[in-house]
Amino acid sequence: MEYKPIRKVVSGNYAAAYAVKHARVQVVAAYPITPQTSIIEKIAEFIANGETDIQYVPVESEHSAMAATIGASATGARAFTATAAQGLALMHEMLHWASGARLPIVMVDVNRAMAPPWSVWDDQTDSLAQRDTGWMQFYAENNQEVYDGVLMSYKIAETVNVPVMVVESAFILSHTYDVVEMIPQELVDEFLPPRKPLYTLTDFDNPVSVGALATPNDYYEFRYKLAKAHEDAKKVIKDVGKEFGERFGRDYSSMIETGYIDDADFVFMGMGSLMGTVKQAVDLLRDEGYRVGYAKVRWFRPFPKEELEAIAESVKGIAVLDRNFSFGQEGILFNEAKGALYNTGERPLMKDYIVGLGGRDFTVPDVKAIAENMKAIIEKGELDREVEWYHLKR
Amino acid sequence: MRVVIELNTLFGEKKEEAKKLVFTSIDQYPEAPVTLGTTLSNFTGDWRTFIPVIDESKCVKCYICWKFCPEPAIYIKEDGYVAIDYDYCKGCGICANECPTNAITMEKEEK
Repeated sequence: MEYKPIRKVVSGNYAAAYAVKHARVQVVAAYPITPQTSIIEKIAEFIANGETDIQYVPVESEHSAMAATIGASATGARAFTATAAQGLALMHEMLHWASGARLPIVMVDVNRAMAPPWSVWDDQTDSLAQRDTGWMQFYAENNQEVYDGVLMSYKIAETVNVPVMVVESAFILSHTYDVVEMIPQELVDEFLPPRKPLYTLTDFDNPVSVGALATPNDYYEFRYKLAKAHEDAKKVIKDVGKEFGERFGRDYSSMIETGYIDDADFVFMGMGSLMGTVKQAVDLLRDEGYRVGYAKVRWFRPFPKEELEAIAESVKGIAVLDRNFSFGQEGILFNEAKGALYNTGERPLMKDYIVGLGGRDFTVPDVKAIAENMKAIIEKGELDREVEWYHLKR
Repeated sequence: MRVVIELNTLFGEKKEEAKKLVFTSIDQYPEAPVTLGTTLSNFTGDWRTFIPVIDESKCVKCYICWKFCPEPAIYIKEDGYVAIDYDYCKGCGICANECPTNAITMEKEEK
């Protein structure tokens, strides 16, 4: 069957809901929270209209949502949930259970700032605070990447048996309508066959018990297995991303999407929707003669260390744009990137710009102002400061 | 008589064939942390420091230890005395604490 995309004008949240339907997810357990709610509302609408036979479990909290999703996944079902901010924080304990039990759940987290003060706007600290839970994390730049990300994530997750968090920006993507090219169901089915679980609770000929105790003699080895699965996932991510490109025209074979790297003095590095702004700004800066590029980190876990090293080899500076912060230290992507390069010998000048927290607008002129600052740093050959609170009212 | 005694042991005759599942290299482990068998292959007594030792000359066969053992890892032998199944005993010491005649003492296990 020849691929003819179905174009729909949808929000990022509806793109996620359509992807869940097209992925033939079997169980959704979820609890509403702004700005995620319209994902699970749309899924409920699909069910009410008879468009899907998803089993929908309304639960009393996000902790229960993840617990029910884990239970469903342990029976061998393809399971989904979605949340944001405080909801994700409430799931924290169960996130460890999902990855530790090696269940390939896919969840959409709509990046929302953590309270207090209350905020419903875009901020990456909620998902990045779940860095060490053993989940893979994919950051979408636009609504199309939300749709593609969910479909690819099921294939990747079910290959390595590690759950994936597909992350989109509050309102900038979640509630903003854009054209999304969707894939006809038959072609999704060819790309994403039914799940083959490692084990199921309903295989009565091969009974297992899940969640049993491991003494100090065995726990360590299971942690290594999960660590290795993340390492193995890098190749799977690239292969699945390449296959997706060959089938549907949008290539995701690199974990870091780059532009103008070859002759750039410095690059902007960041994740999520803000990189859409950066890509537009970089085009404009190029027209004005700036030797600048971009590096959009699609996958934060597993961290694309090797690809980052290749970028660091070819540039003099990296301006990291962190829509997040780790208190007591610095922006989280900056921290990760510096750490990844330490033993490689590649030491471009790196500066951390804290931008857009709690939905503060981050625009093309902001990118240009940062470019001016980076240009001066590179000409001088040293940093003015390591971490800059860029928007701060002074 | 023998039937009654069997009911009082942890696994009866099955225990005679029990074999501990031991992983000696990373490749032998299952990919996901699920159990590969029952407690007949998953011995759970390897984390203790002290083990209970029974002095039969003081034992009055009251079976208080047998009733209190939370595992349970204590069974009644054919001669009516109690014995500890060290494959499952976690060394908690409740039996020694409850024994009215101090027939059970906790001793440091040599490993």
